[in-house]
Amino acid sequence: MDQTENKNQVDYSSPFWGRGGQLCKRIIPCLDIRDGRTVKGVNFENIRDAGDPVELASIYAKEGADELVFLDITATVEKRKTLSELVNRVAHAINIPFTVGGGIGSVQDVSVLLANGADKISVNTAAYKHPGLLNQLSKEFGSQCVVLAIDTKQEEDGNWYVYLNGGRVKTETKCFDWAKEAVERGAGEILLTSMNNDGTKKGFALDITRRLSLNLNVPVIASGGAGTMEHFADVFKDGKADAALAASIFHFKEIGVPELKAYLHGQKIQVRL
Amino acid sequence: MKLVIIKYNAGNVQSVMFALERIGINAIVTEDIGEITSADKVIFPGVGEASTAMNYLKERNLDEVIKKLTQPVLGVCLGMQLMCAYSEENDTPCLGIFEERVKKFVPTQKEEIDGIDDLNFKVPQLGWNSIYNLRSPLMTNVKEDSYCYFVHSYYASLGEHTIATTDYIQPFSSALHKDNFYGVQFHAEKSAEAGEQILKNFCLMPQP
Repeated sequence: MDQTENKNQVDYSSPFWGRGGQLCKRIIPCLDIRDGRTVKGVNFENIRDAGDPVELASIYAKEGADELVFLDITATVEKRKTLSELVNRVAHAINIPFTVGGGIGSVQDVSVLLANGADKISVNTAAYKHPGLLNQLSKEFGSQCVVLAIDTKQEEDGNWYVYLNGGRVKTETKCFDWAKEAVERGAGEILLTSMNNDGTKKGFALDITRRLSLNLNVPVIASGGAGTMEHFADVFKDGKADAALAASIFHFKEIGVPELKAYLHGQKIQVRL
Repeated sequence: MKLVIIKYNAGNVQSVMFALERIGINAIVTEDIGEITSADKVIFPGVGEASTAMNYLKERNLDEVIKKLTQPVLGVCLGMQLMCAYSEENDTPCLGIFEERVKKFVPTQKEEIDGIDDLNFKVPQLGWNSIYNLRSPLMTNVKEDSYCYFVHSYYASLGEHTIATTDYIQPFSSALHKDNFYGVQFHAEKSAEAGEQILKNFCLMPQP
């Protein structure tokens, strides 16, 4: 970016800009974790252990990912210790922020993960069932580290509903209503996954993402449906997302983080290069 | 070199410690006044709320201790804000090391400016933004317009001690420097290469 000229003539009295810098849209690879190992197949060259989340995380960080999300799908409580150990190893290894989610249900769970170096945690079903958890977490640790994950599906009536337990259980609550309540209770960010779009590679759900992003004063991370680089441009421009998350297209190297960012930059979308 | 991270009831201490380990520095995390005053370098981190943090410091007399330090001191995020004169966050008088004042961002929404993107300023500012007009030894080998990671609802105004500027809603001080005191609004410990360079620069500061 050619912003180096006139750097001594910044108009500090300008009501708006110094010189055109802007908060970047974030690209977030998501790693699914089971028993401390990455789940989805990974197709990287020069990777010694494709199942090691730390090694994969380090590669993404070097490639310019802005943040990472680790989603733990470990079924049993006994394995939670494995997760906190993993978080500790990740926190030592990477120099960008990361979020840990999956099965988090208490202040104690969160305390352990943050103490091991997680920057944020995400809660989903437990927060829906006990919304006071959001108040507790934001009071205890600050809203900045509380991400509310919502799995949502558009039904035939045209409305988007909240689903729980990884999308297996339908509720009668509308996505926007829950997101709004959650923000009022202290959620600092929304991770919005459209079940209609997830896995289709046909693009993100632009309308619900846009609705949440324009009407809530917290960042919205769009998730589900990424298949091409154009899909990311669409979700930033039309969906007004603050960040976009994807898993398999990054893991299988269908799209690389550096080429995606170069493309978005070409589309005049502010990204960290 | 003995580097101390001041321990208090605010987050990100762990992250700062890990980031220092990555550049080969083993830090001591403590609230012991003797340890702090005898350190070669002191890092004052912080995530949280200003008045609670100030009260915590006062109860332990750490406010007076920090002000009188003569070795290089680096405030990070809330740490930097507490080194300013005053914070609008719960109307809190702060340490007054920097004369700059800390104000709250007012969310604004301006849709579709030049047809490319909306400028929908949410509060807190959360994510990567660039730092420019860099000066001071803290910014040695840090490129103009480097991206750093920010999470904050309050900002320090521009002033004579500003050594880096960032634009969000309006230009603000993303770093400050006065005498032996330095502060960064962004999370240097999570700001990739630029953040690592800044931490290295701080660790390499000459002793008084």
